[in-house]
Amino acid sequence: MRRKGSPWTGLAPVFLKELADHLGSARMRVLEWLVLLTGIAAVYTAIREIGTVTAQDPFLLLRLFTHARDPLPSFVSLLGFLIPLVAIGLGFDAVNSEFSRRTMSRVLAQPIYRDALLVGKFLAGLGTLAISLVALWLLIVGLGLLLLGVPPSGEEVLRSFTFLVVTLFYGGVWLAVAILFSVLFRSPATSALCAIGLWLLLTILWPILVPFVVQAIIPPDPAAIILGVSSLEQIELQQTLARLSPNTLFGEIVLALLHPSTRALGLVFPAQLQGALLGTPLPFGESLLLVWPQITGLIAAVILLFAITYVSFQRQEIRA
Amino acid sequence: MSAVVISAENLTKRYGRVVAVDGINLAVRRGEIFGLLGPNGAGKTTTILMLLGLTDVTAGRIDVLGFDPVRDPLEVKRRIGYLPDSVGFYDNLTARENLRYTARLARIDRSEMDDRITSALARVRLDQVADRRVATFSRGMRQRLGLAEVLLKRAEVAILDEPTSGLDPQSTYELLEMIRGLKADGVAVLLSSHLLDRVQSVCDRVALFHRGRIALQGTVADLAREVLGGGFTILVEARGTDTAALAAIPGVRQVTDEGDGRFRLMADADLRSEVASRIVSGGGTLLRLNMLDPSLDAIYARYFEGARDAA
Repeated sequence: MRRKGSPWTGLAPVFLKELADHLGSARMRVLEWLVLLTGIAAVYTAIREIGTVTAQDPFLLLRLFTHARDPLPSFVSLLGFLIPLVAIGLGFDAVNSEFSRRTMSRVLAQPIYRDALLVGKFLAGLGTLAISLVALWLLIVGLGLLLLGVPPSGEEVLRSFTFLVVTLFYGGVWLAVAILFSVLFRSPATSALCAIGLWLLLTILWPILVPFVVQAIIPPDPAAIILGVSSLEQIELQQTLARLSPNTLFGEIVLALLHPSTRALGLVFPAQLQGALLGTPLPFGESLLLVWPQITGLIAAVILLFAITYVSFQRQEIRA
Repeated sequence: MSAVVISAENLTKRYGRVVAVDGINLAVRRGEIFGLLGPNGAGKTTTILMLLGLTDVTAGRIDVLGFDPVRDPLEVKRRIGYLPDSVGFYDNLTARENLRYTARLARIDRSEMDDRITSALARVRLDQVADRRVATFSRGMRQRLGLAEVLLKRAEVAILDEPTSGLDPQSTYELLEMIRGLKADGVAVLLSSHLLDRVQSVCDRVALFHRGRIALQGTVADLAREVLGGGFTILVEARGTDTAALAAIPGVRQVTDEGDGRFRLMADADLRSEVASRIVSGGGTLLRLNMLDPSLDAIYARYFEGARDAA
């Protein structure tokens, strides 16, 4: 039996209302300041360093994003750490708060489908992330122009803009995770805890666990033990498992996009390097091609998580 | 007889093995107030959610204003105003902003949106606080704001779930008056409640729910005749009379002496004047004479007493 009417009816009002809620909320303000301050701190130290050391670098703008100096990590690694936090903060109570405020049945009694409510909430979260990220990106490019005095090349702008888009998808993954938990758990505290727990697991614990998992699945072969290195299968499995974490995917994409000289992300045999000019930057298209699977993976993760959220939300009983 | 706006046939809802609503039949007509009455958990809210298309129907057929809420929920929801049980609003928004969000979702034309919001707020007497945040509202004000939402949509059918629960007597009275106002506009009102006596006064017809079934359906007077035996109950307090004298009045079926000069008469008709003249002409003193209205509480209690005895 097919239902009549468009699932998108009412999407625009939901989107605009949620966006306004996000942008006006105290929570958002705190998260924005967090991102902004850490970002400026990282970039400022990077600029001072770059100004004295690498005057001849053709990718000065990109250095702003990736330069790290103790004790501060680089801007991108800070972002990789903070974006999930912001996304979880935006999404962890998206659906269950409607139940706890007892507004769900009232809103769904209006002529809209549940689709519009869920999609509207997701897009509003993504929109909020996009607005903050674009502002941050412009701030950095502007700071770079002011303090370095070197105009960025077209390729630099292209690379950093692609980085911006990818960061948005990376945030989208965590937003989808947070909204999924907000559908599954009626208590916002539980859903926040689960989302942050999953984030800690994938970001901090997973990289530590992967080698042990690999050892358990593929026992090391004796020759490799004698040489003190891992076997080829082990390394490949290790990489595959590590890539289950969106953090790893994001890290690899950043590496390829913002370090144009990156040529490969896995094992490279000497034969494959024949004729290569090590250290020379790849053109933008080649860099993009290198991490295209990772980018697709991130987008697929967003879609998959959203689909699971959608199905479980559709099956949920509305009465609180 | 005016047109039927909501009809349900053999409507059934199961949650796993639990049967929440068990094959009920309903018909609500235009311009009447129909009460779904019964204790908590009897299936009233589930029935309402099925009528709105907010929950799946296990079996049966529903027709709301010519649309099927299972297949065409948007058309149904466009025409129905719904006030949920203990309705909630966005606390960080004002009353007006909350209604504006609803108006956008209901696709009310932008040009008339503000006028309709203002007049709806005025009708539920919230115009003074229209620009205050809902966080400061009392429960009664929230219920009234919910009613304003129904008015705003200019719904043909209003479904109100426990509209008076948790309200003080004054707010209850005001809300029931506003519900009568809806009826005067020609809106069909379906309301549910577990407080039988509260809503008895406004309902034209009622359906008494019991464990997912409709035990009784009809006007309060019909139900009284059916369950209480159709008699009139007259309370008499008098001196200088006795059971035999009262029982001798034609039409009196039964007299119970409750002691201290008080008698309870079951009669076929309203015999108050005959009773009074008999007592006075017999040399007695009439202290009190009172006819009991059939109350839903009495009907409900009596019916389920009978049902329990039969079981």
